[in-house]
Amino acid sequence: MSALGRVVRSGVGRRRVQTVVIGLVVAIAVTSSVLGGTLLVASTAPFDRAFGQQHGAHLTAHFDATKVTAEQLAASARAAGVSGAAGPFPTATIDPGDGDREPIGPLLVAGRAEPSGGVDAVTLTRGRWATKPGEIVLFSDGRFAGGSRAVGRVWTLEDLPGAPALTIVGLARSISGTAGGWVVPEQIAALRPDGYQMLYRFTAAGTGAQVDAGRAAVAATLPAGALTASRSWLTTRQEAAGEAALFVPFLMAFGVIGLAMAVLIVGNVIAGAVSTGTHRIGVLKALGFSPGQVVRAHLAQALIPASVGALLGLVAGNAIAAPVLSQTNDVYGTSDSGVEPWVDAAVLAGVLGLVAVTALVAASRAGRLRTVDALAVGRTPSAGRGRWAARLTARIPLPRPVTLGLAHPFARPVRSATIVAAIAFGTAAVVFSVGLAASLQRVQDAEGLADVMVEAGQREGRDRVERPAGTSMDTAAVLGAITAQAGTRGYCGTVRAPVSTPALTGELEALATSGGNCADSYRLVNGTWYTGPGQMVVATPFLTRTGTAVGDTVTLTSGGVPVAVRIVGEAFNTEHDGLQILTPIETLTAAQPQLRPREFRVYLTPGTDVTHYSDELDVALAPLGAFVGMAERGTPEAILIINGLTALLSLLLVAVAALGVLNTVVLETRERVHDLGVHKALGMAPRQTIAMVIASVVVTGLIGGALGAPAGLLLQRTIVAEMGWSAGFRLPESVLDTYHPATLVVFGLGGLVIAVLGALLLAGWAARTQTATALRTE
Amino acid sequence: MIELRDVTRRYGDGPPALRDVSLTIAAGEAVAILGPSGSGKSTLLNLVAGLDAPSAGSVSVAGVRVDTLSEAGSARYRRATIGMVFQFFNLLDDLTVADNVMLPAQLAGMSRGAAERRAAELLGTLGVDRHATAYPGRLSGGERQRVAVARALMNRPALLLADEPTGALDSASGEDVQRLLADLHADGQTIILVTHDTALANACATRTVRLADGRIAADTLAGAR
Repeated sequence: MSALGRVVRSGVGRRRVQTVVIGLVVAIAVTSSVLGGTLLVASTAPFDRAFGQQHGAHLTAHFDATKVTAEQLAASARAAGVSGAAGPFPTATIDPGDGDREPIGPLLVAGRAEPSGGVDAVTLTRGRWATKPGEIVLFSDGRFAGGSRAVGRVWTLEDLPGAPALTIVGLARSISGTAGGWVVPEQIAALRPDGYQMLYRFTAAGTGAQVDAGRAAVAATLPAGALTASRSWLTTRQEAAGEAALFVPFLMAFGVIGLAMAVLIVGNVIAGAVSTGTHRIGVLKALGFSPGQVVRAHLAQALIPASVGALLGLVAGNAIAAPVLSQTNDVYGTSDSGVEPWVDAAVLAGVLGLVAVTALVAASRAGRLRTVDALAVGRTPSAGRGRWAARLTARIPLPRPVTLGLAHPFARPVRSATIVAAIAFGTAAVVFSVGLAASLQRVQDAEGLADVMVEAGQREGRDRVERPAGTSMDTAAVLGAITAQAGTRGYCGTVRAPVSTPALTGELEALATSGGNCADSYRLVNGTWYTGPGQMVVATPFLTRTGTAVGDTVTLTSGGVPVAVRIVGEAFNTEHDGLQILTPIETLTAAQPQLRPREFRVYLTPGTDVTHYSDELDVALAPLGAFVGMAERGTPEAILIINGLTALLSLLLVAVAALGVLNTVVLETRERVHDLGVHKALGMAPRQTIAMVIASVVVTGLIGGALGAPAGLLLQRTIVAEMGWSAGFRLPESVLDTYHPATLVVFGLGGLVIAVLGALLLAGWAARTQTATALRTE
Repeated sequence: MIELRDVTRRYGDGPPALRDVSLTIAAGEAVAILGPSGSGKSTLLNLVAGLDAPSAGSVSVAGVRVDTLSEAGSARYRRATIGMVFQFFNLLDDLTVADNVMLPAQLAGMSRGAAERRAAELLGTLGVDRHATAYPGRLSGGERQRVAVARALMNRPALLLADEPTGALDSASGEDVQRLLADLHADGQTIILVTHDTALANACATRTVRLADGRIAADTLAGAR
């Protein structure tokens, strides 16, 4: 082995703690960077990947069956620029009813024998594909899918001859959203067919102009007027991007924090490792090593443990990313199988590059020192630094070991500042993640709050409910049973009614309410709750889309009758993409006198046992054609994923921060080992030594915590508000304001905990150090 | 007061630094340990100070079995019984002279006010009180060693251990420290002085123990020299 090799090997082996710390810090930095980078990639282009995986349709076109034949449509697949086509699929628009529940609304159904195909390969997410007439598969992301409970339901099409029934046999995902449901082609004839659907892929479809050109080429091969409607994949992608945008601010924040932490800690660790070797550099130069050899030796000493750590971090990052990606696949409809290779490569190159540059700069500086100066460099900090702090702390009425330790950070102000920053980042990450989880939970809690739901129908067994068509509950009797039940605090009766307004195209949904507790289900962000008919409360998207504000009056059309309604409040309500209107039932009864509540949200007095209450009320409701349903209390998968990721990333950041502190304490303790020997020779007991080492990180921990806690709070409020805006909603203050000041102080003290955790390992070592050995260390 | 019985100290596989050393020192004696480098002088001093433990044998000081003490027990023992003066002073550069001197007392739990009074008294006695608020780096070698002696005497130790106290000083400063140690002994202070400076030993010690290869080669009273 060459002399340089021996120097490198001994350097790596001699400072084992530092070598391990470098390896661990780099490993965790790489793990968090791989995870953050992967999530960023997964969240910024999920639609494009899913579109590619499912061979999505660049153009979904509808044709008038009276003007074009199936054969002509099949031939249109050979139009200029068309690279693939599926269809023609016969289509029909159905208006199904679901038992005695409110109408579902029109739904486009395509007759399609197979889910697979060269264009728009539909993916089944539940159940199976329709194999015979009488069966339907629903678009799983559609508003009518009804989740897993939808499979097995029967829809009756009462407006069609013979009132045919369709059993929902499966749910499927179509990235192009080509239909709301699919049946076998022979079923369409019974559903009043209204045309054909063709799905096209073009050789070039990256821009609107290219898609338009493709559409024109297709239309040119068909009779004039045959093409009645079409939808570009770019429109679908734009809508999908809105959902992904919800995640982007969150992931970017974590990505930036993670990368900043990695740069800070890795830089600090490497620079510290090289600077403590200055005396050794002097020895090497005295022995004849050239400055270049010295620099190469220290570069290698940093890169060897860093490379091992980076590889371990890469393995860990890829392992952790796999289950996380499977969850994001569920949310985004993608089928990503692992970390993108370029993410691995970029992280590896970035982190090792950072290590190399930091080591190079520090080692070059040391290498340029005159040999005699390098040899003269002691292990203790330069005289004069931090003496003011030592004088000040000496006067604090605390045990002397503690006051000695408190002054230590001021002897190395730059290093202490980087550790303050690391602790601040770690604390901010924890405050951010806990606050974010609380915010997301409050988003869930902020709408539709009710303890118990009462619905029309008949319970048959514990988990099965029959909602026979045509039956309706006795509203007055049901309400009487609810109010008579012990434990009832209040109720809100609701019924959904279609309305429209000139400011928005298409039909809107009004949730007409009765009862004095309806405001309990919503969180207002502006204005007041309605106090009588002719008033309504809407969500931010309604105001944005209609260009109205609280205080404005809007004309709603209900049952063909115009009604002037004043907007009195803005509430957080995501129903119907935030376009649902909340208004007293009396606002609409002039136009629809038959309107009665179909559901009741029931609010219980505090301390009431919900299960016991529900069981008793169920018995009372059974003869009245109603039953107690489940109040929606589950947390959506996307929020669970965000919470999981937040916890994981926070843990990584806290670990990096603690390792950074550990490394600083390693450097400090090694630099001060001789002083430590003097202290012990003068009678400093092991417990006092531990107290001194712990005290040396208290100041940095407190300052880091004091900076990190408000920074985390600010980040949480900014990111959550940004996430809300990305989705088009103004969030209630209760969603943003998740911290009590006292809780924030406790989290601020978390910085101290991170610092003490990092210092504890070395404090024990310092306490055990042989005094005679330490005294010999110069 | 001090009794080393059949003490051996071995480091690794090499020859022992001390082998079967037995030595008794009475209170009030000033004993110089002489010998060439590697003879075991500093090892003997470390064993008496409780900074190191013998591989075999026992070390007792003022009735305390130093060799059996725990780390915490050793610290308490040093605070209560021992004052140490080193060749390179071992003053803490980031503390003022007064803070350096007060440190052993404060580690022992003495209040800052009481420690300040005691330090001022000692610095005055040793003639370096004008440097109380200065940092050690600004003092001459002799002054630094006087400060180190003040620190060693802070807790009124029964035993003063000095390891080559003039080894890093010029001759004038060395003579100054030599006089200081002689005066302390004249006041009844028990001293063990490790040196290879025969003149220092002759001036300060009432007894000379010469070590060679880890064994006592000679043990001579001052009057017999």
